[in-house]
Amino acid sequence: MTTLTRLYRFSASHRLHAPTLSAAENISLFGKCNNPFGHGHNYILEVTVAGEPDAVSGLVIPISRLDRLVEDKILRLFSNRYINLDVAQFADLVPTTENVTHVIANLLKREWRNHMGESTVRIAKVRVEETGRNSCETCVN
Amino acid sequence: MLITRKAEFSASHICRLDSLSETENREIFGEESHPNGHGHNYILEVSVEGEVDPVTGMVMNLKELKDILEKEIVEPMDHRFLNREVPPFDKVVPTTANLAREIWRRLENQFPARLALARVRLYETADLFVDVTP
Repeated sequence: MTTLTRLYRFSASHRLHAPTLSAAENISLFGKCNNPFGHGHNYILEVTVAGEPDAVSGLVIPISRLDRLVEDKILRLFSNRYINLDVAQFADLVPTTENVTHVIANLLKREWRNHMGESTVRIAKVRVEETGRNSCETCVN
Repeated sequence: MLITRKAEFSASHICRLDSLSETENREIFGEESHPNGHGHNYILEVSVEGEVDPVTGMVMNLKELKDILEKEIVEPMDHRFLNREVPPFDKVVPTTANLAREIWRRLENQFPARLALARVRLYETADLFVDVTP
């Protein structure tokens, strides 16, 4: 199998806070990430696609086509934003690395067919690195 | 168990098809299609799978793996213009995917029966890599 992985970077702020928990429980659970004013990260997003390289071009996917999708549907939403307030999906969702990964994977999955047309290449994995020591990944079926 | 050895080589290439127009080449390959070529510092990670030898405590002697990578990949590709000097890239576009698959082909029969090539990961830049697995 051949997969191709492309890395993208975006900077965003967030606050981890579960409204159904008490203030003390939130501090106990999320620690510094519960700071009421929020804080930010330089996120790294890895998008992995799977498919056979085209017999003529040798490409699994034209990189510019993947870049356009990720820029239009993901980076434009998240880059230099406060995720809790600026990204609609997080109105009622704690922006943990897990949930950010899940939302990005779902957005890419939903837009994939529209954007890729007849191409047989499929999205295989989404990985989000919040810091160099903290990342989350999910396989996309 | 998997062991992985890293190797680096620097090479130039062009990704374009003479059968296509300039506009089509730009659309498909982007900056990679510039007709005079350009280069990368490729980083190669090769993973080999096998059981740990009870005497040596090793899946494989990493020096042997290093020597295989040196002989089969680095020596023929380092400081080369892939399209001109490294077959089959006189006929096949040296995209990251095609290069990773060619590296797989060059390595897959280099190991004794108790070992198997498990993954070839090739970074063309820090932001783009291809994995080849069985």
